[in-house]
Amino acid sequence: MTREQSGLRRAVDTAFPVFVVAVAAVVLWYAISAIIGTALLPRPDQVAATLGTSVFGWPVTSPRNLLYHAGVTAEAALVGLAFAIVLGVAIAVGIVHFRVLDRSLMPWVIASQTIPILAIAPMVVVVLGNLGLSGLPPKAAISGYLAFFPIVVGMVTGLRAPDSIQFDLMRTYSASGQQVFAKLRLPASVAFLFPALRVSVALSVMGAIVAELPTGAQAGLGARLLAGSYYGQTLMIWATLVMAALLSASLLGVTALAEAGLRAWRGGRL
Amino acid sequence: MTIALVSLLLTIAALWAMARLSRSDTRTARLATPAIFGLLLIWLWQAAVMGFHIPRILLPAPTEVVSALFSHTAMLRRDFVQTFVRSVIPGYVIGCGLGFLAALAIDRSAFLKRGLLPLGGLISAMPIVGVAPIAVMWFGFGWQSKAAVVVAMTIFPMLVNTTAGLAESGALERDLMTSYAAGYWLTLLKLRLPAALPHIFTALKLNSTLALIGAVVAEFFGSPVFGMGFRISTAAASLNLDVVWATITIAALTGSLSFALLALAERAVTFWHPSFRNPS
Repeated sequence: MTREQSGLRRAVDTAFPVFVVAVAAVVLWYAISAIIGTALLPRPDQVAATLGTSVFGWPVTSPRNLLYHAGVTAEAALVGLAFAIVLGVAIAVGIVHFRVLDRSLMPWVIASQTIPILAIAPMVVVVLGNLGLSGLPPKAAISGYLAFFPIVVGMVTGLRAPDSIQFDLMRTYSASGQQVFAKLRLPASVAFLFPALRVSVALSVMGAIVAELPTGAQAGLGARLLAGSYYGQTLMIWATLVMAALLSASLLGVTALAEAGLRAWRGGRL
Repeated sequence: MTIALVSLLLTIAALWAMARLSRSDTRTARLATPAIFGLLLIWLWQAAVMGFHIPRILLPAPTEVVSALFSHTAMLRRDFVQTFVRSVIPGYVIGCGLGFLAALAIDRSAFLKRGLLPLGGLISAMPIVGVAPIAVMWFGFGWQSKAAVVVAMTIFPMLVNTTAGLAESGALERDLMTSYAAGYWLTLLKLRLPAALPHIFTALKLNSTLALIGAVVAEFFGSPVFGMGFRISTAAASLNLDVVWATITIAALTGSLSFALLALAERAVTFWHPSFRNPS
């Protein structure tokens, strides 16, 4: 057996069970909607048809197109995520280099992961609204706030990941603090940044969607969910949910691609 | 003017104390440093609200939040019972239980494991909280729909982590169990479940936060006229920010206390794990 064949074999071995389970889930969905009625649970083909007409039947700029709403939500999530990465990495660098910050701030960062931060969303929206900021800023703020904490925790762990023997080696090279950071700590942290980033991406999408609930926002997946909920349009809710899942999955896919690209560039490891 | 002066002096004193404390490695110092930092932030918040005359509709002072906690006790308790006792706890127990049982069920089939695990991991990363409007449609405005959202949010992390935990015990240990003529259930009970406990607790702790988020956000979509999510959204809309902050304080305390209880339970039952072993 050649190597390509065994590689293909492995891919099939991984994908086939997933495929079977996914098909089983769809069959189960059909069965349940047949039992409880399509008014409560629309069939998968109905949801797909609604999604299809919405995406292909209207121009992308039309509020009837779910891609437009996904774009609005994605914009907030990505802006928030960008802020979270910049701020999170900066604070992690501070925590690693200043003992006071490590001792005073880090326990709060860790503790904040145990509280339902998302509960502040309506208040942030209202308060920023009073300050004249509506639309993107409150949503990005909530997304960024949620995405911030996993990045700090991941980066602090990563920047501390090198062994003391490696720090000793840097010392024997008489490396400056900056060089230790750029050549040892930062490269070592990448392996920890990506798992944290996956969590943050998922959180930022959730944050953006929830932030669209209390605003009376006109656009965005959250607004669409709320509208569907008000008017009892089950199909619209399901189509929006599928769109939200696709958005989350594609952002995670981009993260995975970036990780794979970086891995390839660094010779197969992170 | 006095406030600014006092704040400046307090900040300097706190920074000095934290710098001193962070040099020592005792337990007290490790607890005192974040405590001082937190108290300093609360003082600065209070001072900023008073000093800059920040309107209450933007940011109430900590004292106002505390007084809201005391003046609305009955209402806040009712919200807490509705959201935490009636929605979060049943949903959490059912969701974690179902995830655990599902993990035990698929554990016997390598095929199902390979099929379900990647999907379970992917679904855990989805904004599941979006099922809230559907849950409200199916189960009504009461706690049942919130519990259903909590179940949907907690089931997959539990499934994925328990499955990972059940794979934790080594082949050598399983061989030993076989040589003791231990059957599937005995091996499960005496070896594989104890070995899986750290992973199971990871899921339990993660889910305790997710469950609170699920219940609170589900209430944004429709609820009876009480509940923490309902209170936060309506009080924010009517600019009663002291009530919002009071509810958020309760939610934060509930979240960290649940987490702390789970962490204590974890220590009690996984005392053997390397991460808890006393180094001395």
